Amino acid sequence: MPVIEVTNLRKRYGDTLAVRDVSFTVERGEIFGILGPNGAGKTTTVECVAGLRKPDGGTITVLGRPPRDPSLRRTVGVQLQESQLPDKISVREALELYSAFYPEPADWRALAAKLGLSGDLGSRYAKLSGGRKQRLSIALALIGDPEIAILDELTTGLDPQARRDTWDLIESIRDTGVTIVLVTHFMEEAARLCDRLAVIDRGEVVALDTPAGLVDAISAEQRIRFRPSVPVDDALLLAAPEVSAVERHGPQIEVVGTGNLLHAVTSVLAAHQIIANDLRIEQASLDDAFVRLVGRD
Amino acid sequence: MFVKLTRNELRLLFREPLPAFFSLLFPTILVAILGSIPAFRQPNPALGGSRVIDIYVGIAVALTLAMLGLQVTPLVLATYREKGILRRLATTPARPVLLLGAQLTAAMLTAIVASALAIAVGRIAFDVPLPVNFAGFVVAFLLAALGVFAIGLFIAALAPTGKAANSIGTLLFFPSMFFAGLWTPREVFPHVLQRVGDFTPLGAGEVALHSAATGHWPSLLSATVLVGYLAVFGLGAARLFRWS
Repeated sequence: MPVIEVTNLRKRYGDTLAVRDVSFTVERGEIFGILGPNGAGKTTTVECVAGLRKPDGGTITVLGRPPRDPSLRRTVGVQLQESQLPDKISVREALELYSAFYPEPADWRALAAKLGLSGDLGSRYAKLSGGRKQRLSIALALIGDPEIAILDELTTGLDPQARRDTWDLIESIRDTGVTIVLVTHFMEEAARLCDRLAVIDRGEVVALDTPAGLVDAISAEQRIRFRPSVPVDDALLLAAPEVSAVERHGPQIEVVGTGNLLHAVTSVLAAHQIIANDLRIEQASLDDAFVRLVGRD
Repeated sequence: MFVKLTRNELRLLFREPLPAFFSLLFPTILVAILGSIPAFRQPNPALGGSRVIDIYVGIAVALTLAMLGLQVTPLVLATYREKGILRRLATTPARPVLLLGAQLTAAMLTAIVASALAIAVGRIAFDVPLPVNFAGFVVAFLLAALGVFAIGLFIAALAPTGKAANSIGTLLFFPSMFFAGLWTPREVFPHVLQRVGDFTPLGAGEVALHSAATGHWPSLLSATVLVGYLAVFGLGAARLFRWS
């Protein structure tokens, strides 16, 4: 049974329709990504799921309850975009204070250690680097020992190393059984972390699949480029059923096709004792899939 | 949970050196400076035979309330909204209104300590009599505090940022304290100014405190004015306050 069900969600701010029609379900224990360009309605969607905003239409249930049910504040941890803390509060004080809000909080010392914040307990919020602030924010989302964690744009503004560290962290949190809803506009992040993804554009879900599924759906086509050791006749390659076209770029040959194209091409070359130099396989990435899905002209 | 939030608010308040100094110690320092001027320790016929220093202890109490209610609390609360702290709280079992209550409680405790300090220094160093009608003084203090903090909440409700809240608070602070007699005791005001002052929150507050200090109960007019501020601005703040 899904832990989050969103059906035909609609939300308008004045004249702007921020969310037109969004539906998805999140299963227990998965990392579910919500991907989309800026202004697509991602944050509005999760704010409705977190019970911070009232939808204008559609239904949402979280752990079988309406999202504004007070009991969900204990079981859903939220890391909001651009949500800060008072400048003068220390990391320890923030962790202690927020853990006092919950009847059965996680051990904040263990949480701080896991997030690499043990050395910063005495530091004031204003003195923390962006990465440390983000870690503290994640710690506060997890301090109530939630079943679901909603994390909005958690690596925006982090340097590449801090971003990778945060990804490892998210995976380790998921491994403890927490369901994670991750809002992002980073392709690499979505591809690396998410079990499934909803791509949202202009307030609508334009695709919902695994990262690999999204890539396959836009392009079953592959391209292999190489420089043959001796000249090759096009017909030789075209004889393989996987190959649909052969193009030449100077000394390079580009073979276009589907299915197990690499095996087909290397078999043909091996049979004729031709060596493929500088062989490169070009496959569509999640980036390509994303651009295809939400591409604007 | 509320106690922890309040303790946290107090701790944060005292980590800001300027607001902490001005709300907690400055009124007492004012009493000490004025009290050390010999002429202000002589009975003054223009003040109905009271000494300047006798009057300034009450004004120092009003000053504490004005600093906390008009400057500190609106700045803190509007900053909390601006920084998304109230929103973050809304995602936890603690409701943001608890933080509002904790901030007001912390400000109130600070006001009580600062006032007690000013009164104690006045009594010990300059023989300023303690409030004769102590119960009346407490009532006057509470009425004035409620009226001023309601205005502070209203500012916090309207101001989009902490900076804006601070500017509005400062803008209100000077005329309010003028009518409370900070620069010239109300007793030497022209009649019209006295009358106008009776209807300002800190003017009415100072009058109420002064009556109780000299053995009376706060007048019906002062009490009505202060309850009026509480009702109008309190309801206004409750209607307009945005959490994000």
